[in-house]
Amino acid sequence: MSRLSVEELTVGFNTDHGPVDVVEGVSFALDSGAMLGLVGESGCGKSVTAMAVMRLLATPPARIAGGRVLLDGVDLLRLSEAQMRRVRGDRIGMIFQEPMTSLNPTYTVGSQLVEAIRLHRPVGRREAWAQAGALLEQVGIGAVRRRLGQYPHELSGGLRQRVMIAMAIACSPAVVIADEPTTALDVTIQAQIMELLDALRREKGMGLLLITHDLGLVARYCDSVIVMYAGRIVERAPVKTLFAAPRHPYTHGLLASIPRLGRQQERLPSIRGMVPSPGLRGAGCAFADRCDRAVAACRAEVPPLGPADSDHGFACWNPLP
Amino acid sequence: MTPLLEVIGLERSFPTREGGRIRAVDGVDFTLSRGETLGVVGESGCGKSTLARLILQLVPPTAGQVLFEGEDLARLPAAALRRRRRDLQIVFQDPFASLDPRLRIESIIAEPLIIHGIGTREERRRTVATLLERVGLPPDAGRRYPHEFSGGQRQRVGIARAIALRPKLVIADEPVSALDVSIRAQILNLLADLKADLGLSYIFISHDLSVVEHVSDRVAVMYLGRFVELADAQTLYARPAHPYTRALISAIPQPDPSDRRARLVPPGEPPSPEHPPPGCRFHPRCPHARDVCREQTPALRRVEGGQGTHLAACHFAEEIAALPSPTG
Repeated sequence: MSRLSVEELTVGFNTDHGPVDVVEGVSFALDSGAMLGLVGESGCGKSVTAMAVMRLLATPPARIAGGRVLLDGVDLLRLSEAQMRRVRGDRIGMIFQEPMTSLNPTYTVGSQLVEAIRLHRPVGRREAWAQAGALLEQVGIGAVRRRLGQYPHELSGGLRQRVMIAMAIACSPAVVIADEPTTALDVTIQAQIMELLDALRREKGMGLLLITHDLGLVARYCDSVIVMYAGRIVERAPVKTLFAAPRHPYTHGLLASIPRLGRQQERLPSIRGMVPSPGLRGAGCAFADRCDRAVAACRAEVPPLGPADSDHGFACWNPLP
Repeated sequence: MTPLLEVIGLERSFPTREGGRIRAVDGVDFTLSRGETLGVVGESGCGKSTLARLILQLVPPTAGQVLFEGEDLARLPAAALRRRRRDLQIVFQDPFASLDPRLRIESIIAEPLIIHGIGTREERRRTVATLLERVGLPPDAGRRYPHEFSGGQRQRVGIARAIALRPKLVIADEPVSALDVSIRAQILNLLADLKADLGLSYIFISHDLSVVEHVSDRVAVMYLGRFVELADAQTLYARPAHPYTRALISAIPQPDPSDRRARLVPPGEPPSPEHPPPGCRFHPRCPHARDVCREQTPALRRVEGGQGTHLAACHFAEEIAALPSPTG
């Protein structure tokens, strides 16, 4: 059953060059216990999408220009700020790339966890401390008593991210949004954190939206995936389908440009040029100028994401066979 | 023939505020041939960037030598070292941080030429134009400022500057780590072209094992200041002889959902380099550790029966190398 359903979300920003849409008509659904990957390169709109879902964008300069964000049927975009505060941290948890920006440096790990719990649950301090300890154990942190009394700066990057995860799951949310949760971490610590998130979403039946630039993580951990380019979804599919037979030339190009282990290649296939800036995207497909398969239609009109009745959708006038 | 670069017993320690010492680089030996690319991989704090700075004589070593074409760089008189610096250049991770925001691109690229007194104004202008074309930037890029460029373009500027003096060795310290996937491939291909055309040698430092495999002839794996394994790229990835190398390789998720390799996630985190564990420094995280590993530090030695010169610092290197390949 889908817990989170985003429908035709469009987000604009006021810039020096006037208003510009940075997310256009984005739709997706996230089921209980599923992990959905949202991938794309810098500036593609994946983080703005997440922030819009959480209603964390400053408005202005941002403006939600259209669409709905349904959490168990309730449109979050229509809630008051006070109502939204009750949703955040309770029904939706969030994990960011750099935990130091979301943990308060002046409070201990324990007092921040206790505050997060008591904000949403009518429990006493003693009970909240017990729950905080249990949460740290759930995220694989040992020596719980000592850790509860420590400040964020006393912890390594990996431990801080575990604390961040403990805060995100404290109230057993329906949905957790993880925005590049392991990008700042070393490879071996990244593997530990991803294994933890994978186990938690299965145990707790949380829908997990993984925002990442790393297609390797998506292949290993996600059930399905959405590829964004220049503010739009260009392809969506179950993970196996997307990696086996991408239909959009951008997805295909991205996959080809990643060096693979154990495969000697003289040259990496690369995508020429670079992403057009928002506001400088022409009338047609934003990828057309970098695309070897571009035909006349590509520069005339934005291709729709389809077919609608298939679990594999792509927005391309001349898709790969 | 003298190797291009020979690093012998290189060490560098830094004092800590608590009065201890961190051995950032703790006894590194290797040679680099002309035209060769040595990849150096390791996680943050393993000492790989300090190693780069030691080779470039940007920080003095606590012990050991760096011989460039047989000359001990630390013993060169100041003027001779300055001339030698032409041969050794570096490309940094964050091209923006390493470019002066107030200078036009043409001045940034010409700066090393001016410092070394090369060419007239007009000759330098032509050299800059050639370099811009060489790294795939438009001719008018020279008149613009760093902030007008994307990350990939700025890295092209950083590379143009590094090759301006026709160096023999380029040390690339995480050169593509800050770049998007589609741009990363462009820059890796550019580095490969330049190597072929200009006969460069590279030391390519990265935390990304897939990228390192792609660019390197040989690969060194660093852990807490030491090389724990050194082998030609093919051997290192197919038959790693150190458990840390195995763990690193298996920890990289491949863009392939049918990838069913065992996930050997080493528990815990690297210990503080200020208080390295006794014996083998990896033993607290190693699934193969036995008593001897807690007591005796394994030397970096030849793996018996290994391909070519395959070196590993593990008491059980032969056993580890015989395990199924982590690349699947």
